[in-house]
Amino acid sequence: MAVFYLKTPLSEGDMRGLKVGDTVYVTGTLITARDQAHKRALEFLREGKKLPVNLEGLVVFHCGPIVKMEDGKWKVVAAGPTTSTRMEPLEGDFITALGVRLIIGKGGMGPKTAEAIKTFGAAYTAFTGGAAVLAATMIRGVKGVEWLDLGMPEALWILEVEDFGPLTVAMDSHGNNLYAEVMRRTEKDKERIYQRIGYTK
Amino acid sequence: MGIEDTVERVAVDLLRLATTKLPKDVKEALQRAYREEESEIGKIQLETILSNVELAEKTGTPICQDTGTIIFYVKAGAQAKNLGEIAEALRNATKIATEAVPLRPNAVNPFTQKNTGDNTGRLIPFIHWEIVSGDSIEVTAFPKGGGSENVCTLGMLTPEQGVKGLKKFVVDAVIRAGAMPCPPTIVGVGVGGGSDNAMKLAKAALLRPLDQPNPDLELAKMEEELREAANMTEIGPMGLGGKFTVLGVNIEWAHRHPASYPVGVAFQCWAARRASARLYSDGTVEYLTHEVK
Repeated sequence: MAVFYLKTPLSEGDMRGLKVGDTVYVTGTLITARDQAHKRALEFLREGKKLPVNLEGLVVFHCGPIVKMEDGKWKVVAAGPTTSTRMEPLEGDFITALGVRLIIGKGGMGPKTAEAIKTFGAAYTAFTGGAAVLAATMIRGVKGVEWLDLGMPEALWILEVEDFGPLTVAMDSHGNNLYAEVMRRTEKDKERIYQRIGYTK
Repeated sequence: MGIEDTVERVAVDLLRLATTKLPKDVKEALQRAYREEESEIGKIQLETILSNVELAEKTGTPICQDTGTIIFYVKAGAQAKNLGEIAEALRNATKIATEAVPLRPNAVNPFTQKNTGDNTGRLIPFIHWEIVSGDSIEVTAFPKGGGSENVCTLGMLTPEQGVKGLKKFVVDAVIRAGAMPCPPTIVGVGVGGGSDNAMKLAKAALLRPLDQPNPDLELAKMEEELREAANMTEIGPMGLGGKFTVLGVNIEWAHRHPASYPVGVAFQCWAARRASARLYSDGTVEYLTHEVK
């Protein structure tokens, strides 16, 4: 379980070097995107329209932050990860078509994303759910915001981050999935757990 | 100044306290989990959680960006004055706190998907009323996060499945929830009543502090048994593996219909936010969950 300090733009090589259980700290540009932003981005792609921001080699953060306007400048108050599975139907295309290398979220994702991560050379990392204030301290500034009409949580926030982490690699480009491993172990242990509560079939 | 003004002022305080400062029992349970966690990744998660909690407290910033759906539990003394004004006062307090803390606007119309922008809306904030004797009013602010809400579940078991079935249902719910509710969680279990009451009891069970076991010794034992079983899953902090999947299991119950065996299971993420205060008729306020200078 190694520790990596990475900078955007991230390369395929950066990602192929990561394995589940590794810890990553990332510096550079990070974009927040939740369900609505993913949906709109893919609509843009289908219609051949250009996205307001080029995501190649960047980091997508599943997050609906609390942002406040202070002296004419946006300031991120709290920015923890949201549940990633909601983005599962869209993430695969999002990664391969837009060139995103690193996903930050919580809870893990499904087979479509796993496939895109493997073929394209990307990684899914977990940031501790709820650790929103700590996350905000690692955000150096708001570079911009797009699609604010979707509402504060759903907009694309373009953030400058420094040593953003600790991020735990939970899905890697070698086909490993830490959440799935944990759940497989739990399934295998189910009979023993049922015994503890006196439940027998 | 009527009691409604005090209620409004205190409710803003409670929302601020709840969203920025964990109650002592929750913080202590997380610290213990950190000390005892054996998984390296699990320990990193708990360490991050604890630094985040410290930082939130120090800076007066919401612990989590999801400041939840705003829920209040009110125990209204039957002799308290102006009870009819309390709902409006709590609504105003929610709007004020949304600006002042700030809280994330979390009230969305389910048909138009429009966010009201101020955390109020139809039946939001939701108020659970209880009429009690006396002339004081107890208000609990309970901002409930969405991630843990999404894995709450109701089982209409058969009486034949009974207690064994209920325990299995709780363990299965923990396994099915996996990483989703931001473990280590608090699990509230509501048994009996009807479908509505089981869920209501399950959620109210989340309000009981972790250092207060069930006053019923048999149920206290069952809570312990369920806590151990839930932690045997080794789902661990944030679902990344480890010893601490739950911090505690709290059970509440009601008598059931002879043909039904409802079981509600409610989840509360590690950011178990709640704050209570009692307002007396002479205008004094006593904060019950947090120290307030």
